[in-house]
Order: sequence, then structure tokens, then C-alpha cells
Amino acid sequence: MIREKEQAVVLAQEQLAEGIFSIWIKTRAAKEAVPGQFISVYTEDRSRLLPRPISICEIDGNGQALRMVYRVTGENTGTKQFSRLRAGDRLPVMGPLGNGFPLEKAEGKKAFLMGGGIGVPPILELAKQIRCESRQIIAGYRDKQTFLAESFAESGKLYIATEDGSVGTRGNVLDAVRENKLEADIIYACGPMPMLRAVKDYAGERGMECYISLEERMACGIGACLGCVCKSREADPHSNVKNKRICKDGPVFLASEVEI
Amino acid sequence: MNMTVNIAGVEWKNPVTTASGTFGSGVEFSEYTDLNRLGAVTTKGVANVPWPGNPTPRVAEVYGGMMNAIGLQNPGIELFCKRDIPFLKQYDTRIIVNVCGKSEEDYCETVERLSEEPVDMLEINISCPNVKEGGIAFGQDPQAAERITKVVKKYARQPVIMKLSPNVTDIAEMAKAVEAGGADAVSLINTLTGMKIDIHRKQFVLANQTGGVSGPAIHPIAVRMVYQAAQAVKLPVIGMGGISCAEDAIEFILAGASAVSVGTANFHNPAVTMEIVDGIEEYMKRQGFESIADMRGIVNQS
Repeated sequence: MIREKEQAVVLAQEQLAEGIFSIWIKTRAAKEAVPGQFISVYTEDRSRLLPRPISICEIDGNGQALRMVYRVTGENTGTKQFSRLRAGDRLPVMGPLGNGFPLEKAEGKKAFLMGGGIGVPPILELAKQIRCESRQIIAGYRDKQTFLAESFAESGKLYIATEDGSVGTRGNVLDAVRENKLEADIIYACGPMPMLRAVKDYAGERGMECYISLEERMACGIGACLGCVCKSREADPHSNVKNKRICKDGPVFLASEVEI
Repeated sequence: MNMTVNIAGVEWKNPVTTASGTFGSGVEFSEYTDLNRLGAVTTKGVANVPWPGNPTPRVAEVYGGMMNAIGLQNPGIELFCKRDIPFLKQYDTRIIVNVCGKSEEDYCETVERLSEEPVDMLEINISCPNVKEGGIAFGQDPQAAERITKVVKKYARQPVIMKLSPNVTDIAEMAKAVEAGGADAVSLINTLTGMKIDIHRKQFVLANQTGGVSGPAIHPIAVRMVYQAAQAVKLPVIGMGGISCAEDAIEFILAGASAVSVGTANFHNPAVTMEIVDGIEEYMKRQGFESIADMRGIVNQS
């Protein structure tokens, strides 16, 4: 079966916070997508030719459309171009790509679902789909712009941490765990590298199973160019060195398998 | 009309191959591209032993292209022969294995190992700008380039393509040097050394500080160098650098290239190589060319 880049159609776009946009697109990628996977999003412009890997935030019930919540990374950027799209516009995409969160590992367990900053969006679809004994969602933000927080209402109890203390616990997601005396058996997390390092250490100290979604600058998005590798604890069977491809072998990894 | 080309005695069904490093060994892209449609697949560079490559970030976008400093990460020749060559043998396309090394001995060991394998051609990377001794040491000095070509040719059973660096003063001199060393073909250009700075973090974007620039931005530089190389040597020239559509590829052929490699454009469109094959064919029909040889090097000749 030949896979291909396709022209998705924008269904709606709105701004959620400063520099944070939410876009719904109609795409064939929705049919097979699972939480934790990403979509390569392209500009039409060959001067900005690399795909932007953007995580899937929500998948509509009919498998027809996907929601992505992304950050505009600056003026004159591809993401700035995306933020100007309106319903009916075309958007070239390819996906879904990568491996999602292993949902089945949470069965019968208490789970932490943790997102930090622009790592919050993929946690939303995860929270909707995961089946476990109990789930505690912990979202970390910089300040009071707690985008998507209201969307978690149906999926479980939400705890918020903000760096400036304007909402919820002052500090990061682990500060919120401590302040609220939360406990779990398994962690799913996506966020900036310092957060993921702290979460990995937290899980390691307690012997908890922990899955983290990593991010890196990518070029091909499909595992060919070796641009987006992370270090692995053991030699990887594909690379034959201690490197794994984030786009193809991840972006979700068992935390103990990767060196971050 | 016929699109076949003959490169150093090896017939390709059409003049389009992949630029080393952008296409792996074709496994991942085979989901998006019918490899049977390509003249050849040129693999990512492989060395005698596995190389871990450079720290990340390894890639960055720049206006009109990108920069990379992967550092020739590769699984080593043994796993490559066991896994990647049998994969490519399933397809009706020529197999060109790109070889990298840090020393003469490294190159020779890999080339000798490949002599027993069912691959059609070897491309010797003496032009990677991202690894101190990853080839560029041989690629910027004509005498060193001639010498490594001679040494590799002693061990090679397949025709040898020497891949040249654009980071030199006189590309014609480099092409002549590898011709004198006994090369069967030359390919060019590899990437141009560049640098990008993140003004917010006030740091180099790439962990390696410098990286190789590729993509549409370098196309006119590549066309000029391919023209100069084609004028300087009798060897077949494989042209590459910034090809993102058939028109870009045709420029190289008119400049004197016998074949072309498509690299960075694969990242923008994983089916681009097939589209370029189709586009060249349409151009030939429209212009009344019977063969690729008819259009090769004819710029300014009418």
C-alpha cells in the first residue's frame, strides 16, 4: 500500500492563548490515528520545505477529522502561515506518523497523565481514550493562559501547575503531584525536556512504569534521515548504535529505554 | 523515446536516483515511493563499523532549504549487507552504495566487503562536511582525492563514483584529480558548509555548530559546478543539489549531467522522485528528444 501526502481541508481554526492555535482538519489520517502520534504538516512554499511535526490533540468520533493545537514559533515561520488558515483552506499533511501511547499498559492501574506547555495537547486525546482504574491529569503551564484546561473536564480530575503560581500549584507538574498527595502506578507524559527528565527520575525512584513523548527537530518524519534521534540505553536493533529515531521508533518511549 | 542512461557501463532505466543520506536504504520511503520507478537508489553512507553520528539538534530549516549535521550515523557494513541490500534486491532498480570512512583503510575495508555483494555501483563520499575525518579530508585536496580514488579502485569490483564537495576553490581541478585516479564517474555537489544561529537562545542551532546546506537555495551553485565538472572530464557526471522538480533536474542534464540525484526534496514530498521521472519524460516528448544523451550538455549549443 502506497502512503502519500494529502491535501487536508481546514474545518475550523481558533486562537486559544497567546501564540497558541487550535485547528481542526478533515483528513484521511484521522481514520487510523491514535493518541500520541503526530502529523507532518507542510507549507505550500518550497522555501520552507520541511514538515512541521505536530501532535494530535483530538480525533473526532467518526475518524474523519483531527485537531492539532500548536504554538506559533515566530514571525516568518511555517506555523505563522498555518495560523492564518481559515475554514475551507487546504493544508498539506502526512500521517499519522510515529507510535502512540501504549494505552493497554494502563488497564487496571492508576495513571498520571501529564502534559507541560505545548505538550498538553496530546494528553487530551489520551485522556479520552485511556481505560484504567483511575486517571489523574496534571497539566503544567507558564502562567494563567491554561489553554485546553476546560477540555479535560469530561475525562478526569485535572490538577494544574503554573510556573508563576497564578493558577493551581506554583511550580511544575511534580510540584502539583506532591501538593495534592497524588499517587499512581503508571505515568504518561509529554512536555519540555526538563519536565520529562524530572518525570523520568520521579518514576525511576519509585519503580513506576513511565512513557514519555519526545520532541526533536525533524526532517523526513518517517525514519530515513536520522535527524531526530535520541540516545538509548541499549544499542537499537535498527540503528545498530545507541540511538533511536524519535519520529519512527517514538515519539513515545518507555522512559527507562532512553537517555534524556 | 527512451529514458535509459548508461553510467560507467551500468544501465539505469531512467536518470533519476536518490541523494545519499536523504533516503536511508529506501525501506521507509518505499511506503511512499515505488522504488521500481527509480533509475537507482543511492543509499545513506555506510562505514566498516557502526557510527553513532553527531549530537542533536542535527537538522534545521533555512530559507530555501535546510542544514544537516547528522555525522554519518550508520549501522556498519555487516548489518547493512545482511538487511539493507536484500531489501533493495526485491526491486527492479540499480543499487548504489555510498561508502564513508575516516581513513584509507576504512574505505578499503568497506569497499572490499561490498565486492562480494550484489550491488551495482559504489559512491565514495569524500565530501561530508560534518565529520572531521569523515571524508572531507580527502575531498578538498586534489592530490588526496586522486590518491584515495586509486586506493579504492584497487579493492572495488563495481564501478566507482567519486562524490565531490562544493567547498573547494576549483571544482574542475577536483574532478580531474579523481579522473586521474581512475574514477568511473563523479557525482556532485555534496552540501555547502553553513551556519545558523538562534538569536533568542544566542546559540548555534546545530549541535555541530556548522552543517551542510541543501535544498532549492543551492541549485544554481550546483548547476554551475556540474557544468564546470562536465566540461573538465570525460567521465559521466551525476548532478545533484537542490533539485525539487523535473525542471531543476533537466537543468543539470542540459549542463552536462548523465543522471541526477534528488535529496532534500524527498522531505517535502516523499513521492517527488517519481514525479521528476514523469516530468523529464514529458519534457522529452514536448521537446522531441529521443534519448537522455540527446539532451545532455547541449546548453548554448544551438
